[in-house]
Amino acid sequence: MASGMTSSEYIAHHLTNLTYGKHPVNGWSFAQSGQEVVDMGFMSINVDSMVWSVGLGAFFIWLFSRVAKTATTGVPGGVQNFIEMIIEFVDDSVKSMFHHKSALIAPMALTIFVWVFLMNLMDLVPVDWIPHLAVVVGIPFMKIVPSTDLNVTMGISFSIFFLIVFYSIKQKGIGGFMAELSLQPLGKWALPFNLLLEVVGLIAKPISLALRLFGNMYAGEMIFILIALLPFWAQWLLSVPWALFHILIITLQAFIFMVLTIVYLAMAHDHH
Amino acid sequence: MNMNMTILGQMISFAIFVYLCMKFVWPPLTAALAERQKKIAEGLDAADKAARELADAQQSVEAALQESKAQAAVLIEQANKRASQIVDEAKETAQAEADRIKAAAAADVEQEINRAKEALRAQVATLVVAGAEKILGASIDVNNHKALVNKLAAEL
Repeated sequence: MASGMTSSEYIAHHLTNLTYGKHPVNGWSFAQSGQEVVDMGFMSINVDSMVWSVGLGAFFIWLFSRVAKTATTGVPGGVQNFIEMIIEFVDDSVKSMFHHKSALIAPMALTIFVWVFLMNLMDLVPVDWIPHLAVVVGIPFMKIVPSTDLNVTMGISFSIFFLIVFYSIKQKGIGGFMAELSLQPLGKWALPFNLLLEVVGLIAKPISLALRLFGNMYAGEMIFILIALLPFWAQWLLSVPWALFHILIITLQAFIFMVLTIVYLAMAHDHH
Repeated sequence: MNMNMTILGQMISFAIFVYLCMKFVWPPLTAALAERQKKIAEGLDAADKAARELADAQQSVEAALQESKAQAAVLIEQANKRASQIVDEAKETAQAEADRIKAAAAADVEQEINRAKEALRAQVATLVVAGAEKILGASIDVNNHKALVNKLAAEL
């Protein structure tokens, strides 16, 4: 915990993104306080979320494509072995849940799994290191866990939502998709009720996907921040067990996000 | 928690990463995995085949061994038979030789006896003549009484 801050200031600091946007008074600038972030509204961007998430995504693509380029069919080395393990794990998951032909689903599932995992993994970096370093070099805020930013999780889940709608229409036609939304579960005489039920169900998919990941990561980060408020000599008593437990959570959340994406897209392909 | 343009930025980044993954990560890695799977399957097949061939080879070795053993047994038996035959033949030859030598010896003895008899007879004839001369007091003309003396000698 940085000196000269109250606990609530400290927590608020750790939960505020580095935001660049159009402030009504200051114009295009970095927000210097939580209030300025709120004032900027939609015309702003969370620079830290973008930099960290794109950086981690680029790391994923770099690592995997480097291994892919040198992949041998002989005895694989350490890194290749590990990467192949992930690939096979994702491939098995996709094959067991998605029974149509698609060149998109499996690579997308891999991207989601690894990318979300890497973003979650940032949660295990001690909460003060990078934000404090940023303050020292003059950057007001720095949230290093992109998946604790609802924009990030929503961005992925909305993309998936568009894919769900796209594939539903592609596989069943506009009419088929509409019929699916309106003629079940109760038949054509309860059309408005069916429509309400199905549309809510459809929209709930991306929302729940995004909120589940965001909620888990935000809560985990919050607990690390609260542990960081303890005296330094007592922190390890709580932070070590929580970090160990969190390893499970971040992996599980990445896996759940991937599996639900596959399931939703499989449902979009299936005819009911 | 503010919703802002980050959401659009994330959607764009997500699309780009998925595209890159589809293009540069997934196909080469799954191809490598499939290739290795094929290789391993081929290797296992080859191992199976080799094991089968080994079993076959062992079987034929066994058969060849059995056959050569049988042949060896036949050869040994033949050799034994031949050996006893040779011994028998040798025995027969020796027996024959012994018989022949015995017969020759017997003939020699016979001859010797005859010769001795002849000599004795001749001497007896002379002695008889000499004895008769002494008894008769007169010489006997050997030539005149030769037939008589010889008759006498033959009766001895």
